[in-house]
Amino acid sequence: MNNLQKNRFIDQVFKILGILFTMLGIFILGVLIYNILKVGVTRINWDFLTSLPSRRPEKAGIYTAIIGTLDLMLLTIIFAIPVGVGAGIYLEEYAKKSKFSSLLEINISNLAGVPSIIYGLLGLGIFVRFFGLGGSILSGSLTLSLLILPIIIVATREAIKAVPHSLKEASYGLGASKWQTIKNVVLPSSFGGILTGIILSLSRAIGETAPLIVVGAMAYVPFVPHSVFDTFSVLPMQIFSWTTRPQQGFAIAASAAIIILLIITFVMNGIAVYFRNKWQKKLK
Amino acid sequence: MAKEIEITMENIKSTKIDSPEIVDESTQQNASRIETKGVKVWYDDFMAIKGIDMVIKPNTITAFIGPSGCGKSTFLRLFNRMNDYVEGFKMEGKIKIDGDNIYKKKVNVEQLRKEIGMVFQKPNPFPKSIFDNVAYGLQIQGIKDKKLINERVEKALKQADLWEEVKDNLKKSALALSGGQQQRLCIARTLAVQPSILLMDEPTSALDPISTAKIEELIHHLKEEYTIIIVTHNMQQASRISDYTAFFYLGELIEYDKTRKIFTNPEKKQTENYITGRFG
Repeated sequence: MNNLQKNRFIDQVFKILGILFTMLGIFILGVLIYNILKVGVTRINWDFLTSLPSRRPEKAGIYTAIIGTLDLMLLTIIFAIPVGVGAGIYLEEYAKKSKFSSLLEINISNLAGVPSIIYGLLGLGIFVRFFGLGGSILSGSLTLSLLILPIIIVATREAIKAVPHSLKEASYGLGASKWQTIKNVVLPSSFGGILTGIILSLSRAIGETAPLIVVGAMAYVPFVPHSVFDTFSVLPMQIFSWTTRPQQGFAIAASAAIIILLIITFVMNGIAVYFRNKWQKKLK
Repeated sequence: MAKEIEITMENIKSTKIDSPEIVDESTQQNASRIETKGVKVWYDDFMAIKGIDMVIKPNTITAFIGPSGCGKSTFLRLFNRMNDYVEGFKMEGKIKIDGDNIYKKKVNVEQLRKEIGMVFQKPNPFPKSIFDNVAYGLQIQGIKDKKLINERVEKALKQADLWEEVKDNLKKSALALSGGQQQRLCIARTLAVQPSILLMDEPTSALDPISTAKIEELIHHLKEEYTIIIVTHNMQQASRISDYTAFFYLGELIEYDKTRKIFTNPEKKQTENYITGRFG
């Protein structure tokens, strides 16, 4: 075999390996979804969505968990997005390069990798105890905001970095101030990337259980929260608590709740992807 | 400060337009739009400009030539303070435009850049419509009057010789234009702000010969109203369009004279070697 043939052969091998690994990932996901659907899909009905949790599996519903999840996500979005995007803009556009700023940079990247339970403990210490917010939706959403802030900051910075320098120069060259350039050139061009980062971070937040357990979310909340200071439950908590029960009925309910959680996640992502595509079309 | 600039520029413009004959030949000769004194520039520890004194006359085209890395672009970008955002940039010396030092502390940089337009090496239209590109500079000034914006956009596109090609498609994305059209759009965008000095950093280096010819012709017309400085790697271009030529080498201004003189009878050996293609 000469060199050219050898290179071609290696090329083919890697192509086939690549296809196999991709298929493997999709296959495993497919099996998981299939299993959950098989067990849980018949359990989903209007009553399941609108019933309060119960000791009897056939009567149990996820109403409070759904409302809790939606409330929690809404508050997290309100807290985390302005702070995260704002910090990203500051670090990328305003902060002068210095030892301090590179230290900040490294630490933010590291924070993105800190286990979520640690954030839970932080939330417990600061929001629950120090500020006396208790095991409330407010504590939970603030904790989740801290958790996803580094992801949003890093994504915002990467998206801003990808904006061609020539566009910024064009704007400055026409007499635009820094903020005008950010508002009119940088943010529109990086919106897609920032939105992708936000989607990723929210998808992570919606599935978190550990930090919320620490902060004090309940598995059994027989009422809908009326204010941000009320105690709450979320879907992952509900699922976790049901899977630890011995009764077969709760396993079915857990599967059904997982399907609902997946649907909420997909819908959330779908909305964001829709906006991103619409935006990119507008730019072209 | 900003106002002062405006007033002096108005004076120069009006004397030019109203009564060119009355202007004394000698004051015309001595008048300077841009004057630099002992300008030195560092990027961190690297010294990019090693002390340059230069006077640029109004309503002339001055070409900056020299091998890559000689500092000509850096020098050009001093005039609208475009280097301010470069990491590690440090500068010494004075640059006066119409008599005012633009590196004084209280200078309004945004105002300065409205007076001194810049066209870049690669066409860099915003990912917006053709109209919005040209209107950008006006909109950021807070001009809301639609009629005025429409007028200025049309005028700028006509000045840049692009109006006929795009007048029916002003809402179309600027990115759909060809490279040459994009560069003329960038020129129109700069002209719309009504500057009086134009800085051009290799404006045709990314373009084909036909687009280049169009832009050179355009630059030639613009000379009537603007003081133009153009950085170019193309000797023929420098000799075709410029009145004065400055040769830079390793951060120094080696020779600066009338273009005809530089290209026919340069004083310095280095200049001769460069323009005849023996190095660089």
